[in-house]
Amino acid sequence: MVGTAHPTKAPIVTSEERKKLLQDLLVKKDSGGLKTKDRLAIPPQEMPEQDATARCRNVGEVALGYTEEQARLEAMRCLQCRNAPCVEGCPVRIRIRDFTGAIAEGDYRQALAIIKENSLLPAVCGRVCPQEVQCQEKCTVGLSLKDVSKAVSIGRLERFVADWRDERVPPSRVAGILPASRGQDALDTKEQGRNALSPSHLPTFSPSSTPTVAPPTGMKVAIIGSGPGGIVAAADTRRAGHEVTVFEAFHKPGGVMVYGIPEFRLPKAIVQQEIETLRKMGVKIVTNFIVGRTRTIEQLMKEDGFDAVYIGVGAGLPSFMNIEGESLVGVYSANEYLTRANLMKAYQFGSGADTPIARSKRVAVVGGGNVAMDSARTAVRLGAEKVYLIYRRTEKEMPARVEEVHHAKQEGVDFHLLQNPKRILGDASGSVVALECLRYELGEPDASGRRRPVAIPGSEFQIDVDTVIIAIGNQANPLIRQTTPGLGFNKWGNLIVDENCKTSMEGVYAGGDIVLGAATVILAMGQGRIAAAAMNEYLAKKRECRKS
Amino acid sequence: MSHKIVSKRQVGEDVFWAQVEAPLIAKARKPGQFIILSIDGDGSERIPLTIAGVNPGSGTIELIWQRVGKTTAALADLKEGDEIANIAGPLGTPTHIERFGTVVCVGGGIGNAPLLPIATALKQAGNRVISILGARDRSRLILEDRFAEVSDELIVCTDDGSYRRKALVTEPLKEVCQRSPKPDHAFVIGPTLMMKFCCEVTRPFGVPTQVSLNTIMVDGTGMCGGCRVEVDGAPKFVCVDGPEFDGHKVNFDLMIKRMNAYKKQEQQAYEEYKQHRCKIGL
Repeated sequence: MVGTAHPTKAPIVTSEERKKLLQDLLVKKDSGGLKTKDRLAIPPQEMPEQDATARCRNVGEVALGYTEEQARLEAMRCLQCRNAPCVEGCPVRIRIRDFTGAIAEGDYRQALAIIKENSLLPAVCGRVCPQEVQCQEKCTVGLSLKDVSKAVSIGRLERFVADWRDERVPPSRVAGILPASRGQDALDTKEQGRNALSPSHLPTFSPSSTPTVAPPTGMKVAIIGSGPGGIVAAADTRRAGHEVTVFEAFHKPGGVMVYGIPEFRLPKAIVQQEIETLRKMGVKIVTNFIVGRTRTIEQLMKEDGFDAVYIGVGAGLPSFMNIEGESLVGVYSANEYLTRANLMKAYQFGSGADTPIARSKRVAVVGGGNVAMDSARTAVRLGAEKVYLIYRRTEKEMPARVEEVHHAKQEGVDFHLLQNPKRILGDASGSVVALECLRYELGEPDASGRRRPVAIPGSEFQIDVDTVIIAIGNQANPLIRQTTPGLGFNKWGNLIVDENCKTSMEGVYAGGDIVLGAATVILAMGQGRIAAAAMNEYLAKKRECRKS
Repeated sequence: MSHKIVSKRQVGEDVFWAQVEAPLIAKARKPGQFIILSIDGDGSERIPLTIAGVNPGSGTIELIWQRVGKTTAALADLKEGDEIANIAGPLGTPTHIERFGTVVCVGGGIGNAPLLPIATALKQAGNRVISILGARDRSRLILEDRFAEVSDELIVCTDDGSYRRKALVTEPLKEVCQRSPKPDHAFVIGPTLMMKFCCEVTRPFGVPTQVSLNTIMVDGTGMCGGCRVEVDGAPKFVCVDGPEFDGHKVNFDLMIKRMNAYKKQEQQAYEEYKQHRCKIGL
């Protein structure tokens, strides 16, 4: 078993010192206010997290969340800039300055209310948004300290208030010191080992307040896909009083948040909570329903009486590299690997789950995005002895969040940069035995503005592996396109929509990856919200017409 | 929404038939399509099964499966009135049905189940249907009567000669191909090796041969790519590009290897299930 290392990262200051610092700052604030100098002097608050060795043996969440005084200290680092550049960096324009201000005041209810004006899923976004290239990139504190990693940790603060609402930090414990008890919880998680299903450091979620719903309008809305965009579109159209049905192809709702993003990064209990809220609002959720196969969009609208449709089906067709050996046993798309591990709980194979997954010893993951990091870190947790991450550019160009890269390294993932597979080698049984790679160097910038990786001729070398996971992105799933003749698609197979997320078909709206290509949870959510507003407007007009 | 088993019976050695409530699938399904089911909620494995028939009136679908592992065994242990938690479908691209002229439909073992709706549709489209059905032995032969109804000619054989002609299906298939005129199209569904050898029989005669593949799948909608096979040297997804392909272009050897990817784990799960079954006295 693992050593006795403390499950949380060694804090820069002890919690007693933090408490004292907070007291001092509060006193100072009351007697004349905090100056920029005082705020910049507050040390950036580190996120408590499970010890790197321990967490490789469980699926419990890695980042454990701020304590109350950490949150307030971090929020006090915010300079309350008049122009609030952070808001410009947020895809859904959350009033960040105002919610950090509320946290600094200790008014978490208000902070959450401010976030909820623009974002329905703060507990999710606080965990998975790439803040360092969004709000935090624009933060004046980070710019002043000439280090974006020292910007105000907006995402962690968002998570704090979202979890607080869920009694993650119960009021009775607010005044006390959390890390000790939380540390114990994390140890328990560790003891449960790899089969820990629900990490015990997570609270039992209390029922959150269910948003109010307007009186019935008699209009029916179909939401295709129960990912982040679908959830938001469903909630917003339901609030307007429409009868809303969410159709999900899998047996479990949540989309990429359930099949893709691992438990250790986004506990499934949080997603379930959001789905429950939808149900309580009266949204009907139909699983195992594949729009295009079970029913087409045309049938939903013409025969089943749906007045408007939102398409949020995600990307959903994994890209492969088209190199030799990609059909060998042991080669996975990241989608398959993560779906087996997350949705189907293959980490519990033989003790509650029937879905198998490769029992890998040496794994190569190809790609440099969040999905590649998730795959590599999942492989670590499934017991691989060696996990390589192969990426053809340098770390600077990696699209993954800095935090994920950092965590992957902590967990022992071996980064092979400026390398790319040439072919996959197999044995007589058709199983992977090695990956042949080429070394690369960076040339001129390409269309994306990143320097183009150029292969170095003759630089081939082999890595012995038994599993290869291809995490180089997705294409648009053609099912909707093939079964809905009236819809306009671009040459990549993505749906064409206007600024209101309206497609070329009347009453049909779309958002998320099927429109944007590979995007993020927050962008999908943003589009779900835009589409819902447009749908509500469209349905109001339609209803007027129907009346007259 | 769960799916009630309306009726169920054993139709051969390790082969089971059930009629299951699934009104939307019964309505939408076309020949050649399949479903994915999982028996319980969390933890249950998703497996693809072919649809042997549908009754849109009563809103039921017919499933036929062979007991080969944990999930198919657990399914066989369900009783009439029991429910299956999840059935998704219909999945896959439907069979291209047209009036080819004379068609030969070759079924092996459990492959007769998905072949039946295709043979029926081919007959309805005005084709002359020659059906060749094979099984390891008499106890494993299924759907002979129903094929008799839709076939202009029916050839039945068993590997061990326990019923009708003692032969592998490749023998009568070759004879049919040697006739003049030769068949215009062949449809072959059965174990992977059987499909491979049937394709080798029809290839020299230039008889276009459609096969239906039943690879390992997770989602069945093109999302995971676990079902991919090499067709004409390029990767194809059985769940969305198939399940039917030009058999002369399928890399069957690689497909067989991929289908064995989880053999050890599958055996382990099946053994554990059998032991558990003994304990609870089923």
